Amino acid sequence: MGDLTGANSALMIPPSQGAQLAVDEFNAKSTKVKVEMVKYDSQGNPDQAVTQVQQAITQDKITALVGPGFSGESRNVGPILEQAKIPSISASATNPALADNGWKFWHRVVANDDVQGPAVAEFLVKAKSAKKAFVIDDAAEYGAGLGDAVAKGFESQGVKVERDKIDPEGSDYSSTVTKVKASAPDVIFFGGYYAPLGRLLKQLRDGGVKAVVSSGDGSVDQALVEGAGKDAAEGAVLGCPCLIPFGSDVPELKTFSDNYKAKFGTDPLIYATEGYDAMTAFLKAIEAGNTTSEKINEYLSTIDFPGVSKQIKFNPNGEIAASVIHIYEVKDGKVTWLGDTSKAQLS
Amino acid sequence: MLNDFISQVGPSTVGGLASGAIYALIALGYTMVYGVLRLINFAHSEIFMIGSFAALFVINLMGITGPLSGIALVGTMLLLLLASMAASGGAAVVLERVAYRPLRRRGASRLAALISAIGASIFLQELFALVIIPEVFDRPSQGRNQVPVPRLFDRETVFSIGNTDIRNDHLFIIVAAVVMMVLLDVFVNRTRIGRGIRATSQDPETAVLMGVNIDSIIRTTFLVGGAMAGVAALLYAMEFENLRFNVGFLLGVKAFTAAVLGGIGNLRGALLGGLMLGLIENWGSIFFGSEWKDVIAFSVLVLVLLFRPTGILGESLQRARA
Repeated sequence: MGDLTGANSALMIPPSQGAQLAVDEFNAKSTKVKVEMVKYDSQGNPDQAVTQVQQAITQDKITALVGPGFSGESRNVGPILEQAKIPSISASATNPALADNGWKFWHRVVANDDVQGPAVAEFLVKAKSAKKAFVIDDAAEYGAGLGDAVAKGFESQGVKVERDKIDPEGSDYSSTVTKVKASAPDVIFFGGYYAPLGRLLKQLRDGGVKAVVSSGDGSVDQALVEGAGKDAAEGAVLGCPCLIPFGSDVPELKTFSDNYKAKFGTDPLIYATEGYDAMTAFLKAIEAGNTTSEKINEYLSTIDFPGVSKQIKFNPNGEIAASVIHIYEVKDGKVTWLGDTSKAQLS
Repeated sequence: MLNDFISQVGPSTVGGLASGAIYALIALGYTMVYGVLRLINFAHSEIFMIGSFAALFVINLMGITGPLSGIALVGTMLLLLLASMAASGGAAVVLERVAYRPLRRRGASRLAALISAIGASIFLQELFALVIIPEVFDRPSQGRNQVPVPRLFDRETVFSIGNTDIRNDHLFIIVAAVVMMVLLDVFVNRTRIGRGIRATSQDPETAVLMGVNIDSIIRTTFLVGGAMAGVAALLYAMEFENLRFNVGFLLGVKAFTAAVLGGIGNLRGALLGGLMLGLIENWGSIFFGSEWKDVIAFSVLVLVLLFRPTGILGESLQRARA
C-alpha cells in the first residue's frame, strides 16, 4: 500500500515493483503455496489509507501488508492492523515516533530519521576530518528536521556549526553563498530536496566555495546532477537510509537490478530494494510453513536473513536491527553507491 | 555581528545589485502598464517566463551545450536578446488584445481586468507545465520540474575590491540593465510615441482629444514593458541556468514590490526600487539570516509607504488620482 498515482508516486512505485518481483520469483519457485499481491493506491492520503486497509481486511482478507509507504498513513493504519492482527512491514516510513506505539504487528526495513542525521554527520567528520561545518536547510518540515539533526550530530563531534536557510522556491541564493564563503567551512550539509540543492550547489561553486557539499535522502536523485551541472555536482556526498544500486557491480545488487530491469524496464530506484526485502520477509515466513497472519508475525520476530538492502532482523518494537545509512557520491556526473557509513570511502 | 557585516558587505552588495537589476527590469513592465491603464498586470510574471523559455528554445535550436567566447558569444547573446525580447513583447501584446482590450471596450471595471489578469497568469503557467515543457522541450511528464540551461560563458573574476570579487556575469547583468533603462528613459521622454505614452498616462480623455491613438499607445506600452521583461528573462536564464513553469511568480511579486517602493508609474522609480530591494534583501540577510530576507524587504516597503504613500520618487508618470 502506498502512493501509486499521487504527487509522490515516484517514491512509491519502485518499492511496489520490488515487492511484486519478490512475489513473482516466489510463485515461480514454490509449488505448495501461491501468493497473490493486491495493490492499494492510498495516494499518500492518510484517510484514504484507512478506508483501503479496512477493505483489504474485510473483503480481500489479506494475510500481511507491505506498507503503507509514508509515515502519516502508517500512523493512521497502525491501530487497525493491530486490532485485526495483520502484520505489516513498511519499506519507507521513516518517522521515529512510529516505533513508540507499542504495536506488535508493525515493522519497517529502513532506519528512522533520528539515525540518518547523526550517522551522516559522523561519517563526514571522519572522512573529511572536519573542524567547521555549515548547515543549510529549506525551512520546511523535512529539511529543517534533518538539518537540525545533522547540526546536532556535528556539534556532538566537537565541530563548530553555522547555519542559514534558503527558500526552496527561490532561485537567488547569493546571500547564503556570501555567508558560507565568509565562514569558510570544511563541510556543508543541506537539508532538503534535490531541486533547490542543485541551484544552491551551482551558485556555491561559482562563488568559489570548494568545501564538500552533502545532503540527505531527499537529494539522492540523478536529477541533482542535471540541476547543478556536471562540474558543480561532482564530489557531492549524499546519505540515505535507502539502498539504490545505481548500476553497482556488487553481485547481489547486480542480480537484483538485472531481474528488476528485465521485468519492469527501468532501473530500481529509491526503496525498490527495501520493498523487495519487506516482501521477502513475509515470503520466508510462508516458506517455513506459516500461513496465518499471527503465525507469520511470530516468525517475523525471529527472522534473520541477508536481504538485498541489509540484514533483515527486527527489534521487539518492529524497528530494523541494522539501522544502516548508505552513502552516495557524485562521480563523473553519476550518483554512485559507495556502501554504508562504516564501509564507504570517498574518492 | 559587525565583523560579519564587514566581511560580507562587499559580496552582498554585488549580489544585491545583480538581483536588483533583474527586479528593476521586470518592474518596468508593471509600472508602465499601471501608468497608462491603472491596471496591475498580474500576468506580467508569465510574460517574463515566456521570454526565458524563448531564450532556452533558441539555445537548444543552435545546439549550444557549453560555454562560448569571442565573437560567437557576442553574436549569440544578441540573437538571444532579440528572441527573448520579441517573445516577451509579442506575448504581452497578445495578452493585452485577448485578456484586457475586450474588457476595456465594454467598460468593465478594473476589478474584472484584475481577475482576467490572474486567469491569464494561471492559464500561461499551466500551458507551459502541461504542454510546452513536456512537448517542445521534450521532457515528458516532467512539466513541473526545473529545466536546466547550458552555461553561455565562463564565469571569471574581472577585478577585486578588498575581499569582494566582481564577476563578469554580475557585471554584465548590471551594465545590461542600466543600458536598457537609459534607452527606455530616452524613448519615453524624447520620442513622439513616448510623448503619447506620457500624455495617455496623465489624462487619457484629453490625450484622445489631442489626436493620440490610445489603442496603439496601449499596445506599444505592453510591447515595450514586455520587451524589458524579455531582457530580464535572458539575464535570469543566463545567471541562474534553471527555469520552471512558475519561475516568474516570486520574481513578479518582488518586481511589483520594487515598482511600488520606487513609486508605481515612475520609470526611474522602478530602477531605484529594484536596486534598493535587492540590496535590502542581501544586507538584511547578513544580520538576520537568509530566511528573513522577505520579511525585511516587506518591512522596509511598509515603512517607506507609511512616510511616502506614493513611493520614494512618487507617481511622476501621471497625475495621482484619489
